[in-house]
Amino acid sequence: MAAGVAAWLPFARAAAIGWMPVANCPMPLAPTEKNKRQDELIILNVSGRRFQTWRTTLERYPDTLLGSTEKEFFFNEDTKEYFFDRDPEVFRCILNFYRTGKLHYPRYECISAYDEELAFYGILPEIIGDCCYEEYKDRKRENAERLMDDNDSENNQEGSMPSLSFRQTMWRAFENPHTSTLALVFYYVTGFFIAVSVITNVVETVPCGTVPGNKELPCGERYAVAFFCLDTACVMIFTVEYLLRLFAAPSRYRFIRSVMSIIDVVAIMPYYIGLVMTNNEDVSGAFVTLRVFRVFRIFKFSRHSQGLRILGYTLKSCASELGFLLFSLTMAIIIFATVMFYAEKGSSASKFTSIPASFWYTIVTMTTLGYGDMVPKTIAGKIFGSICSLSGVLVIALPVPVIVSNFSRIYHQNQRADKRRAQKKARLARIRVAKTGSSNAYLHSKRNGLLNEALELTGSTEDEQHTTKGTSLIESQHHHLLHCLEKTTNHEFIDEQLFEQNCMESSMQNYPSSRSPSLSSHHGLTTSCCSRRHKKTTHLPNSSVPATRLRSMQELSTIHIQCSEQPSLTTSRSSLNMKSDDGLRPNCKAAQITTAIISIPTPPALTPEGESRPPPSSPGHSTNISTTTTSNIVKVSAL
Amino acid sequence: MILHSFLLFYEKGLQTENTVEDEMEMATVRHRPEALELLEAQSKFTKKELQILYRGFKNECPSGVVNEETFKEIYSQFFPQGDSTTYAHFLFNAFDTDHNGSVSFEDFVMGLSILLRGTVQEKLNWAFNLYDINKDGYITKEEMLDIMKAIYDMMGKCTYPVLKEDTPRQHVETFFQKMDKNKDGVVTIDEFIESCQKDENIMRSMQLFENVI
Repeated sequence: MAAGVAAWLPFARAAAIGWMPVANCPMPLAPTEKNKRQDELIILNVSGRRFQTWRTTLERYPDTLLGSTEKEFFFNEDTKEYFFDRDPEVFRCILNFYRTGKLHYPRYECISAYDEELAFYGILPEIIGDCCYEEYKDRKRENAERLMDDNDSENNQEGSMPSLSFRQTMWRAFENPHTSTLALVFYYVTGFFIAVSVITNVVETVPCGTVPGNKELPCGERYAVAFFCLDTACVMIFTVEYLLRLFAAPSRYRFIRSVMSIIDVVAIMPYYIGLVMTNNEDVSGAFVTLRVFRVFRIFKFSRHSQGLRILGYTLKSCASELGFLLFSLTMAIIIFATVMFYAEKGSSASKFTSIPASFWYTIVTMTTLGYGDMVPKTIAGKIFGSICSLSGVLVIALPVPVIVSNFSRIYHQNQRADKRRAQKKARLARIRVAKTGSSNAYLHSKRNGLLNEALELTGSTEDEQHTTKGTSLIESQHHHLLHCLEKTTNHEFIDEQLFEQNCMESSMQNYPSSRSPSLSSHHGLTTSCCSRRHKKTTHLPNSSVPATRLRSMQELSTIHIQCSEQPSLTTSRSSLNMKSDDGLRPNCKAAQITTAIISIPTPPALTPEGESRPPPSSPGHSTNISTTTTSNIVKVSAL
Repeated sequence: MILHSFLLFYEKGLQTENTVEDEMEMATVRHRPEALELLEAQSKFTKKELQILYRGFKNECPSGVVNEETFKEIYSQFFPQGDSTTYAHFLFNAFDTDHNGSVSFEDFVMGLSILLRGTVQEKLNWAFNLYDINKDGYITKEEMLDIMKAIYDMMGKCTYPVLKEDTPRQHVETFFQKMDKNKDGVVTIDEFIESCQKDENIMRSMQLFENVI
């Protein structure tokens, strides 16, 4: 329950008077305030700056330093104030949390200092309000990353990493070449060989002067052996590097799937395939194509260049925007290509032989390249061609800077929208947790309350105080309010699992009872069977928390069967009706069972299937109960 | 094409800005309550109690008035398991005596003064007013059924015993059996007060919240 709303609890309790005329049973007693103090101002002196607030404001959050008795450790007898030797700026935010229920994070504050203050005052950072939570999380993440980087560089500079396995040192050497000289050497050697390999690929195709015979040969074929040796050397180095990386990788499966390893494989595969394949005329064409893949070796440079990696990452993150750009361009191209094709269809010897053929013209025109290999000849074609080139300028040249800035704006907006959605989900989850927390708190205190009453009857009062230690006055008042609602409606709050259990069991039991009343005794036996099953798992209601109402009810009903002498009352019974005969219990059993009865509301008039039962019998038994029970909380009201 | 989509993005951005401005406008409604002495004379609270009440009120509603949405939100915090919006609606109407759609601090204090410091007669009167949804002086079965359903809604789904469909209706029947003396299908204020005064449970529970403040 939020703190600010606690101020409205008196109102909610007063409004509960609206339920009173409707209720059929008497209401539970209100919790008394044991020591009702007048609200007083307390002075908090934080490093010389004095803050004043009401005591009740601080007591809204009893599990923090200021809300609990822990602050008494800081009480200064001479000046009659609480002195904290901490930062007054941050204390302002913390005190505002007590006042408004929302914790804010000031942006000028250092994140670790703020965290320390929160830890000192016993406040969890998770309750920072939504307005400041994003900022807080971002700063915290930055800080964590910086700390991690610092730690890493510290470790690197130390150089004395204790007992890293050989494999781990190798992996570290691969990933971070500055760790040791050997790694650096390795880094430069591989870089050199990548460069050599790329240059070889390029130079291979350069015409290298003429061979006697007047044929222009590319260098690759002239110095075939030399190039082959170079290629072999490079591929050998790359293969060794790849195998070493594979050996050193902490997670081989993940390494194999990573982009860099795929690039490595693609870079060295053509060589091996070429080795394997014989110099067959049919497949030589395919073999030549494979050589194209050698150019992928240039991507291996991305391990050596941070910039390339950042570019790749940027492209990946802007993928959706780029895709959209491409899509709209494609639409424009198709439209203009179609138009040009049909416009040029009439002219003879037109190069615009098909729409796909016109794509080339459209692209060249729209990007203002204008090669001139395809030119429209008809007037309509020229008109549309000029429109195409003009719109090309507009479509491509103008929005590019706008789109670039749009990309960053939309990208950040999307990220913020996603963050907001995640925040909303988190907030709803928190609200749900808080709600279940408060309802669970009520159920928990109800069970403790039952325990209290049981203990009262058996005469021990120390335990009662022990169990009520946990609940503050506001909580107990809130629980009293919920208890009144239960009494008004004659139904009780239970938690989800119990509810589902009850549903299942009542559906199980309603099934046999829907048959003729003559089966009632059989039905009674089935309940006793079920309860016997349950009985193994439950102790007496007193000793442990009476976990399930149903169990205790059924337990009672078994005892009822054992001692009942009125079979007429067992006719046409459903499980719900059974419990209304709990009133017979005090007649047969001792105080132990009495305590269990106290917790069960018995509304004879409200049972839906209970019409067949003769009403007069219940008041008779009810008055029996009212005389025998000593509790003043539950009575079966005579209606 | 791209320009068109670019324009679309721009328009959407404008729209969100408009709604933010609207929200800011609504929040500028302010209300200042009557003087403390006047309220003290009109209600049965002491000055100190009024001070405590106002501090809590203003804390939750800085603008000085509670509208129905805020009211429902506040009230639902106390009943996490069920749905208390319908009952909060009826409560709101009971507190909003001048029916202007918002509960000011004066309405709040007058209502609480009756509930916490009033005579039993006044409290019963207030309860009757709550049940009489259309304020015509008669509680019909339909009105009572609405109220009853609202109360049972607050229990939520997970109850023991399981809430049946006609539990509220049966409860209404019980209520009318008890209250409706001349069996004419409606309960008047006199029948209500008379029947309640005869029932000692109700009388006792009326005194339950004496020391809430």
